[in-house]
Amino acid sequence: MIEVHNIQKRFGEQLVLKGISTTFSPGKCNMIIGKSGAGKTVFLNCLVGLVTPEEGEILLDDRNIVPMSQKEKSVIRKEMGMLFQKNALFDSMNIEENVMFPLDMFTNKSLEEKKERVNFCLERVNLVNVNKKYPSEISGGMMKRVALARAMVLNPKYLFCDEPNSGLDPKTSIIIDELIKEITEEYKITTVINTHDMNSVIGIGDKIIYFYEGEKNWEGTNKEVLNTDNENLNDFIFASKFLKEIRNLNKK
Amino acid sequence: MFVLSFLEGVGKYLFMLRSTISKPEKVSMYWRETVRQMYDIGVGSFGIIAIVSVFIGGVTAVQFGYKFIELAFIPMWWLGAIVRDTMILELAPTITALLLAGKIGSNIATELGTMRITEQIDAMDIMGVNTTSFLVGPKIVGGVLIVPALVMVAMLLGTYGGMIAGEMGGFYTDQEYLYGLQDDFRPLYIRVMFVKSIVFPFLITSISCYKGFYVKGGALQLGKASTEAVVISSIAVVIANFLIAFIML
Ligand SMILES: Nc1ncnc2c1ncn2[C@@H]1O[C@H](COP(=O)(O)OP(=O)(O)O)[C@@H](O)[C@H]1O
Ligand SMILES: [Mg+2]
Repeated sequence: MIEVHNIQKRFGEQLVLKGISTTFSPGKCNMIIGKSGAGKTVFLNCLVGLVTPEEGEILLDDRNIVPMSQKEKSVIRKEMGMLFQKNALFDSMNIEENVMFPLDMFTNKSLEEKKERVNFCLERVNLVNVNKKYPSEISGGMMKRVALARAMVLNPKYLFCDEPNSGLDPKTSIIIDELIKEITEEYKITTVINTHDMNSVIGIGDKIIYFYEGEKNWEGTNKEVLNTDNENLNDFIFASKFLKEIRNLNKK
Repeated sequence: MFVLSFLEGVGKYLFMLRSTISKPEKVSMYWRETVRQMYDIGVGSFGIIAIVSVFIGGVTAVQFGYKFIELAFIPMWWLGAIVRDTMILELAPTITALLLAGKIGSNIATELGTMRITEQIDAMDIMGVNTTSFLVGPKIVGGVLIVPALVMVAMLLGTYGGMIAGEMGGFYTDQEYLYGLQDDFRPLYIRVMFVKSIVFPFLITSISCYKGFYVKGGALQLGKASTEAVVISSIAVVIANFLIAFIML
């Protein structure tokens, strides 16, 4: 469970997050949507403690991460997994070493045990026979899956994904979305996903928050999101002329 | 303005060094990384350092040799002592350091800079790794552990280069040169060489780490950071070289 109370973040003159409050429940895919520049990445970076907001609280199961020192954060971070927009795989390590890295760093398991866990996670994301390949040798969709395997290897309580589908084709996007959803439900992870892909929102979004210029402009479920009167949100969802036409046809 | 941003840079650099010193999450991982760095620096730079030292030693012998022939009252075996002392005091540590500044300085800055702009460092941060300590520490320690060995090799090969070149120039025989090598040997010079071969790699690795670790932007800024790493660590080396000589001699 993550509770966010009124966080504000400023870069120089620009107020990027203008007092955001919300809650995210375990076992659910919580989606942040909004145009580029709306503040989604900054918000996610606040949740993981890479960016510190000037105001407000972020409670990860009642532990406020905002005032924490680097050392205190590093304890709580062992419970976090994160998928980065650019995957952030370590390019000096092969796939197996990438997924094993958190185990190497934070556990005292034997090599056998670590290998077993790594293979389990790789199989969970449907990747086999790539253990010895390097990130540069596999496709974008596979990299995303490796990143997901690495994010889940230590059994995280929280999973954060920044635009997990960017750069992927629609089919692969759906596969990644489904994986995230399954893992979230299976392990009761509190998952927060930034996206501007409406496909994912409708497909896997349990709770949806719409950011507009650094404010929370709307909040609801994926059932509600298509039938809202919120002008900004409608503009965002039905951005293309094609979609607007379809909606107008439906309304008639 | 320049002074301010320079001071700010120094502050940030010292801050990085300070946060590098912390208890490792996992000693074995840090050690593995340190050994990898020692291997990269040692093996990766051995060839160029060996070649350069032999020739530098040779040139030193030849240039002094021509002068000595004119000054007939100086015995030629003296060249052995001169090549030895210039190699120990100056050429072995300084040339090695300048070569390394060019080679590993840009390597380190590029490696860390790439990790920064492709979010690999953030990824480690999120895992709870102390990234300054894990990424910077082993590079500094690895450099400080392996470079003295490289300097030693440079010193020996340079002195050997002096022997070959002097023979080729007809200045002295092996025996005369070896006799010269043993003349008036001062342990202080070895101490100076040792201090230099620890201070120089410390400066090169830490400055290059600093330049790479805090890169912001993209490929362009990365290239710039890598060049700056080489330039600034070379300048730091020659300044430190002067200070060490000034203080110790
Ligand atoms: N480190 C930073 N320094 C200054 N401005 C930033 C920084 N990070 C983000 N911003 C600004 O904050 C705003 C929100 O950015 P971001 O959260 O990346 O948007 P997005 O919703 O596309 O992820 C943008 O206007 C961006 O320029
Ligand atoms: Mg973003």
